[in-house]
Amino acid sequence: MFSISQLRNLQGKNVFILAHRFQSTLVLAEHNNGKLNPVTLSAITAAQKVGGTVSCLVAGTKCGSIVEQLSKATGITKILVAENANLHGLLPEPLAPLIVATQQQFGFTHILAGASAFGKTVLPRVAALLDVSPISDVTAITNSDTFVRTIYAGNAVLTLKSNDGVKVITIRPTSFPAAPMGDVIASSEASTQTVNSSPNSEFIGQELTKSDRPELSSAKVVVSGGRGLKSGENFELLYKLADKMGAAVGASRAAVDAGFVSNDLQVGQTGKILAPELYIAVGISGAIQHLAGMKDSKTIVAINKDPEAPIFQVADIGLVADLFAAVPELTEKIGKK
Amino acid sequence: MSLRILVGVKRVIDYAVKIRVKPDKSGVITEGVKHSMNPFDEIAIEEAVRMKEKKIAKEIVAFSCGPAQCQETLRTALAMGADRGIHVEVAGPQYETLQPLHISKMLAKLAKDEQIDIIIVGKQAIDDDCNQTAQMTAALLDWPQATSASKIEAKDGSLQVVREIDGGLETIKVKLPTVVSADLRLNEPRYATLPNIMKAKKKPIKKLTPKDLGVDVSPRIQIVTVEEPPVRLAGAKVENVDMVVEKLKALGHA
Repeated sequence: MFSISQLRNLQGKNVFILAHRFQSTLVLAEHNNGKLNPVTLSAITAAQKVGGTVSCLVAGTKCGSIVEQLSKATGITKILVAENANLHGLLPEPLAPLIVATQQQFGFTHILAGASAFGKTVLPRVAALLDVSPISDVTAITNSDTFVRTIYAGNAVLTLKSNDGVKVITIRPTSFPAAPMGDVIASSEASTQTVNSSPNSEFIGQELTKSDRPELSSAKVVVSGGRGLKSGENFELLYKLADKMGAAVGASRAAVDAGFVSNDLQVGQTGKILAPELYIAVGISGAIQHLAGMKDSKTIVAINKDPEAPIFQVADIGLVADLFAAVPELTEKIGKK
Repeated sequence: MSLRILVGVKRVIDYAVKIRVKPDKSGVITEGVKHSMNPFDEIAIEEAVRMKEKKIAKEIVAFSCGPAQCQETLRTALAMGADRGIHVEVAGPQYETLQPLHISKMLAKLAKDEQIDIIIVGKQAIDDDCNQTAQMTAALLDWPQATSASKIEAKDGSLQVVREIDGGLETIKVKLPTVVSADLRLNEPRYATLPNIMKAKKKPIKKLTPKDLGVDVSPRIQIVTVEEPPVRLAGAKVENVDMVVEKLKALGHA
């Protein structure tokens, strides 16, 4: 299971005995502009299900405030900090070798990150460098080598046992609650690994959608629109409802492809996977690919004029009505005593 | 420029099919079920063909790994504009536990053998939903990666790629050789016309085994079970907006 070099890297006595019992997980922290992404806290919770110790790696050009935020997260014992100008834009080319070197230094048995765009970009690269098969978007951890994930757009649930020595895993954030924050618990230390610049890739820039509404993946209430909205202007109806409810706004692929809203709002198999307390689907038929992204919502409300729309098969509350009349009426009546 | 592009295409159960889990929980039923090319791979092929049409690329090699029926998937790629195909045959229980790591090793080996400049694959296959192959292939070759691409521009030995990320879009520049994965919005794949389907029948498909490429396909995972997801009970339809509000209030949302 363990190669000799990995064993050598495990610290302490009775290395061979420890190798069988001792699990240690490295969680890759995700952050942006001094703010820790909450998916990291879900990954910390998942890491605790593996058993053993949990360390966190904070890599980037500016890590100070992230370390400060993370040090209060319950469940981690150590934070490794790799602050380096070569990590500008957090490109996977310099980041993956850093993670691999860190794994080899400390002999981690598991490497975890959230299954966000960032985690999906970096972790498979790490896994290939370690010659292991990564496990994507895990929804449950049975034990240190057995994991549950969905396949076929959430229409089948696969339980698998990994044969690899090091497990490289991205976790579905909505399946694990965020680790609670308490007093400062974890200590931090600077990484001793070198970070090489990436001569073959260059970060040019980001164009982020600005919004005052809650972040889609972590919102408690989500109002989503589909093709039925007919135009980008008509999404205004949903924004009004969302603002009254303190909700985030999402969309089906049809609405994104038609140019009504930007792609980062897409909910589904190939967009974001959500599990809010309340999901209001407006003018969305409910294709398999969309259901994959929202069917774990606690309560689903569907407003659609087609009584045969598949969305009604998963909706807790279904209203067959013209959305252009129903949504303004709902916006007006909601919140009134 | 005269680049050579390698495109990975996967044969998957058609996206519109409602899949069924086998009663013995060993997998999903694939026999007698409609299969087609993974939708993201159609986008990958389309992008490669557009590069050829813009004279950026000179040759497109389509690759597929799986049972004999993958030849049909390769024929579709050839009909869309790929020049030749490579089929690595893996079937039966070996195929059940085949992982993106195995495919990445095949792609990496082929990239070297065929002197490839750009590998394009879909960002994920809609059956295993892994989203790993491009990243792993790039790692094995020590090439840069540009995943979830929604726009690609080739200029002086580099690709400038707009990537779809969680908060919006990101632009990066990667030097050739490189690996790209296609997101949904990269392009709209063309339909293969009948004359092109006929022509594709004459294009060569080379057949190889994993052994030919020196790739060990021994299982990295064991399938414990494949089960149906919990079924959501359909709720009630209500008559009007007032009743929606009332129900939401009862749930503490209004």
